[in-house]
Amino acid sequence: MTAAARIETERQPVLEMRHISKTFGPIRALQDVSLTVHAGELHALMGENGAGKSTLMKVLSGAYRPDAGGEILIDGTPVATGDPIKARANGIAVIYQELSLAPNLTVAQNIFLGNEPRRFGIVDRDQCNRRAKEIIARLGVSFSARASVSSLSLGERQMVEIARALSTSARIIVMDEPTTSLTSRETDRLFEVIATLKSQGIAIIYISHRMEEVYQLADRVSVLRDSGYVGTLDRADLNASRLVSMMVGRDLSAFYKKDHRPPDSKRAIALSVRGISDGNLLKGCSFDLHKGEVLALAGLVGSGRTELARLIFGADRRTSGTLELDGKPISIGSPREALDAGIAYLTEDRKELGLFLDMSISDNISMGVLARDAQAGGLRDFATAERRAAKAVSELSIRTRSVQANAGSLSGGNQQKVLLARLLETEPRVLILDEPTRGVDVGAKSEIYRLIDDLAKKGIAILMISSELPEVIGVADRVLVMRDGTISGEVTASEGQPLSQEAIMELATGAAKG
Amino acid sequence: MTEKSSTGMTDKSGPGMTDKATEMSTGDQAAGRSRRLRTAFAALGMLPVLILLAAGFQIMNPRFLTETNLLIVTQQSSINIVLAAGMTFVILTGGIDLSVGSILAASAMVAVMVSLVPEWGMLGVPAAILVGLGFGVVNGLLVAYIKLPPFIVTLGSLTAVRGVARLLGQDTTVFNSDLPFDFIGNGSLFGIPWLVIIALWVVVLSWLVLKRTVLGTWIYAVGGNAEAARLTGIKVPLVLLFVYGVSGLLAGLGGAMSAARLYAANGLQLGQSYELDAIAAVILGGTSFVGGVGSIWGTLIGGLIIAVLSNGLILAGVSDIWQYIIKGLVIIVAVALDRYRLQAGART
Repeated sequence: MTAAARIETERQPVLEMRHISKTFGPIRALQDVSLTVHAGELHALMGENGAGKSTLMKVLSGAYRPDAGGEILIDGTPVATGDPIKARANGIAVIYQELSLAPNLTVAQNIFLGNEPRRFGIVDRDQCNRRAKEIIARLGVSFSARASVSSLSLGERQMVEIARALSTSARIIVMDEPTTSLTSRETDRLFEVIATLKSQGIAIIYISHRMEEVYQLADRVSVLRDSGYVGTLDRADLNASRLVSMMVGRDLSAFYKKDHRPPDSKRAIALSVRGISDGNLLKGCSFDLHKGEVLALAGLVGSGRTELARLIFGADRRTSGTLELDGKPISIGSPREALDAGIAYLTEDRKELGLFLDMSISDNISMGVLARDAQAGGLRDFATAERRAAKAVSELSIRTRSVQANAGSLSGGNQQKVLLARLLETEPRVLILDEPTRGVDVGAKSEIYRLIDDLAKKGIAILMISSELPEVIGVADRVLVMRDGTISGEVTASEGQPLSQEAIMELATGAAKG
Repeated sequence: MTEKSSTGMTDKSGPGMTDKATEMSTGDQAAGRSRRLRTAFAALGMLPVLILLAAGFQIMNPRFLTETNLLIVTQQSSINIVLAAGMTFVILTGGIDLSVGSILAASAMVAVMVSLVPEWGMLGVPAAILVGLGFGVVNGLLVAYIKLPPFIVTLGSLTAVRGVARLLGQDTTVFNSDLPFDFIGNGSLFGIPWLVIIALWVVVLSWLVLKRTVLGTWIYAVGGNAEAARLTGIKVPLVLLFVYGVSGLLAGLGGAMSAARLYAANGLQLGQSYELDAIAAVILGGTSFVGGVGSIWGTLIGGLIIAVLSNGLILAGVSDIWQYIIKGLVIIVAVALDRYRLQAGART
């Protein structure tokens, strides 16, 4: 073998994903994405929430089958797709954000779960423990193979997941936001293990939103955006502004038509939040929300936006901090008290936390104000409920045959409008909207934007959580960015200068610091 | 640049939207039709089963559909229907109350013991109802505020309240041959037994609460989606306290009815496994075990099915042992058919 040929084989990528597309009905989740990964390389995968990273990894792990035309090559040989068992046999292992360990079993039992070494058809515990010990030694970590997983820290549990991947001779390990719930010491530990794995020739695909991690670890970075592949940067070419513009780089369309109201310090403060914490993720968040303002709360998934909203609404227990409504201190201990005070909250999960799917549209809309409507003796006032529902159906153009139809029979956008109608019946002064257009079709989206704009013009203070940057830019007057349970900064528009996606993304990922 | 992308957006969304709209309207119509069918079926529920059973028993024994026998059937079903009405409230919230049989026994003991007090004997009825309400409220407090699982709480009170019932009479049977309210158990009004009148009255009142009051809508909401109900400002613990209170109260009423019928009560034997018949009636009536869906009329029909089965099988000369087996199988098959029918409805 000549030297050139040897280099050629060394350069043979361990994994190639070619022209991967994936559609779910009308929704295109991936469009012609290709990715090449070499042995011993850490390949970072970046992109906004919903850019297609997770879908791509699910195609790799066999959870999804790519559309026709896409192929996956391992060591240059095409392999079967859409089969998780074959994918694992081919050396692909995925370590998910939510760890999938059985806490009541030992480390060794977890490592070999579903793949136990056997003798005479019976699990060979000695061999199980011995081999687990070898793998743990290879990772250079210090817990016992016989320890119960429930006694381990989150970081140690992650090591067990990695050990499990190694037990199946994985050569390509996918790590999806592995440091989200780790302490900084555990993170350092993980990075040492990653270096060890790389030196053993294992390729790592590393999904992360955190710039500093990507700088520290990545050999190459690929960026996805809007379900498509944007490009790949080598380590030498990495720089924050380039990465951010690759991640967000798209133009705002005329889709969000609204007159931006620059922040007006004369406008009265509707809600004042001071140092509220939940004793867990949120650490002392403070901000002011003005009357007639649309304030967006941006940030990555897991940065604490929904938690903050639920805390203000009284859905979860607050451990510290104070709230003031129209300048008066208020104490809110339950959603009922929040609604009575004039604060309403639209949940991000309308099916699980919002709607009563087996009940009529009319009942769903009136659910928050039944007691207010009630006649003598607590009897329902059905006529008012019907009238109110009919009005909401025409005003918000909810498409349904009858207000007596079940809420479960509506499409996503119409369900969302029913929920909005319910909130508006409580006549809120402060409206918190958590992902108001999630899972909603384009037509309903623009109707919801118009509604938000109208409500703000009427003087209602609106706090809107959104993971879609164009939506944030297009709808909000001002943007607060959250990161790791705190408010990491504020982005405002100035004369002739729209809100900057890049500025938001830098605050959300921590690139501004690094 | 901006122009280009905005036209791109329109191009993409234009046809997609219309496609979706037409697809949705035809889909909506089909869904609407099957939904209407299903609603019609749900309204009828188990009524066809009840009619078929009655017709079958009539063929086997012409004595079945006589006035005397029908009065016996309804009278026998009345206590179970009262318990099942309370159980409907609880199951509609996604809970369960296993303690009603024991509460019935304790209340019946109290009813007979109070009836023995000279001059004040009539107070036995309200006393029984209050005792039932008291136990129900304890169940409700544990479920609603301590947030223990309903199955565990009421399994515990099933045993503990049974013990209380035995303690009340020092583990003996208490009698009162001169019961001041014996008309409830043995009298009639215009030829209709008081037991039947009470049961019907309870069903109508339950319907009124469930379908016509704010509280009733909250009960369905809590059963359909408890977390959504909380976020909508509904005081979920109060609703839960109410349904367990109602179930206890009606079990207390059942205790008074039972005492009035028997002129006696026994803390050990009375009401044994009554909770199972009550649950069976609710489930036969089409109320969803996970909560949020169901009706009191269904429960009425479910209770009648159980009574018709017992009575018809006796008239047909089937032995006691086989009655158990047949009753159990009928419950399973009837509910299985119901599920199958609803699923078929959902498919088309």
